[in-house]
Amino acid sequence: MVGQLILRGFIIGIVAGLLAFGWAKTFGEPAVNIAIHFESAQDEAKAAAAVAAGKPAPPEDPVIFSRTVQSGIGLLTGMVAAGAGLGCLFAVLFAFANGRMGNLASGPTSVLLAFYGLISVYLVPALKYPPNPPSVGEPATIKYRTGLYFLMMAISIASTLGALRLRRSLVPRYGTWNGSLLALGAYLVVIAAFFVILPGINEVPATFPAVTLWNFRLASLGIQTVLWGSIGIIFGYVGAQVMASHPQSR
Amino acid sequence: MATDETSAVTSASDLALKVAIPIKEIMPWAIFGVVIMAVAYYFVGAEQGATSIFSGMSIHEFVHDARHLLGFPCH
Ligand SMILES: [Zn+2]
Repeated sequence: MVGQLILRGFIIGIVAGLLAFGWAKTFGEPAVNIAIHFESAQDEAKAAAAVAAGKPAPPEDPVIFSRTVQSGIGLLTGMVAAGAGLGCLFAVLFAFANGRMGNLASGPTSVLLAFYGLISVYLVPALKYPPNPPSVGEPATIKYRTGLYFLMMAISIASTLGALRLRRSLVPRYGTWNGSLLALGAYLVVIAAFFVILPGINEVPATFPAVTLWNFRLASLGIQTVLWGSIGIIFGYVGAQVMASHPQSR
Repeated sequence: MATDETSAVTSASDLALKVAIPIKEIMPWAIFGVVIMAVAYYFVGAEQGATSIFSGMSIHEFVHDARHLLGFPCH
C-alpha cells in the first residue's frame, strides 16, 4: 500500500512541478533576467576598469546553455525533478500521518502536512537565508552558504518534528488548546535561538535594485507554495482513495 | 443527487480515517522515499555548486534558474 502511495506521490509531484514551472516562468523569470542583466553590466564594468588599468580583462564565463534553454526546458526539468522528489517524500509522510492525526480524515491530513512541510522545509530556512537571484552571491562562499542553508533546513525539520511530539505529550495534561500553544511557543523559542546563533549572510551588492530582489523572493515563496499546496490538495484526494480501497487490510 | 455524492465522499474518507498503516510496513518505503527526495534535491539544489559528483558545470547550468528560484544558494 505504501508503494502505491509513493508511486502516486511521484506522479502528483510531477504535476505540481509543472504548475510551479508556470508560476516560476510568469513571476520569477522577469526578476532573474533583470538580475542577469545587472550581472553582465557589472562584469563589463569590471573588465573595462581592468583594461583601463593596463591589466588583461578577466575571462568571461563560458556559456554552456543559452538563457532560452535555462529559462525553458532547464527550469522545467528542475521544477519537475524537485516536485517528483517532494511527492515521494510527501507520500511517506502521509503514510505515517494518516489515521494518526486525531480525528482528521485523509484530505485534511494531507493539506495540513503540506502546510507543515512548506514551513519546515522552505519558509523557516528561507527566513534565515533568503533566496537570492543570480549575481547576489559570492562564488567563493558557495560551500559555506550551501552548508548553512542545509543545516538550517535540518534544524527546522527537526524542530517541527520535536514540536509535534511535544504537543502530543502536552495535550493530555493541558488540553488541546493550551498544549498546542505551549508546543508552538517552545518551537518558536528554538527557531529564534538558531536564528540568533547561526551567522547571517548578506552578499547583496549595494547597487542591486531592491524591487527586483523583493519580486524574486516573493516569486520564490509563490513557487514553493504552489509546489507544496498542489501536492497537499491533490494527494488529499488520491491518498484518501488508496486508503479507502484497503479498509480490510488492517 | 448532490446528497448522494456527499455521503459517498464522507464514507470513503471515514473508511480512510480508520486506517493507520503500521510503522513496520512503512519503514522500508520511508527510506526509499527519503532517498529519492534527497537525490532530487541534491541535483537540483547543490550538485556542481558546493559539491560535485560529476565534473563540469552542465547540470548546474541546466537547472540553474530552478536552483535560484527554489531558494537554494547559488551565485
Ligand atoms: Zn546561479
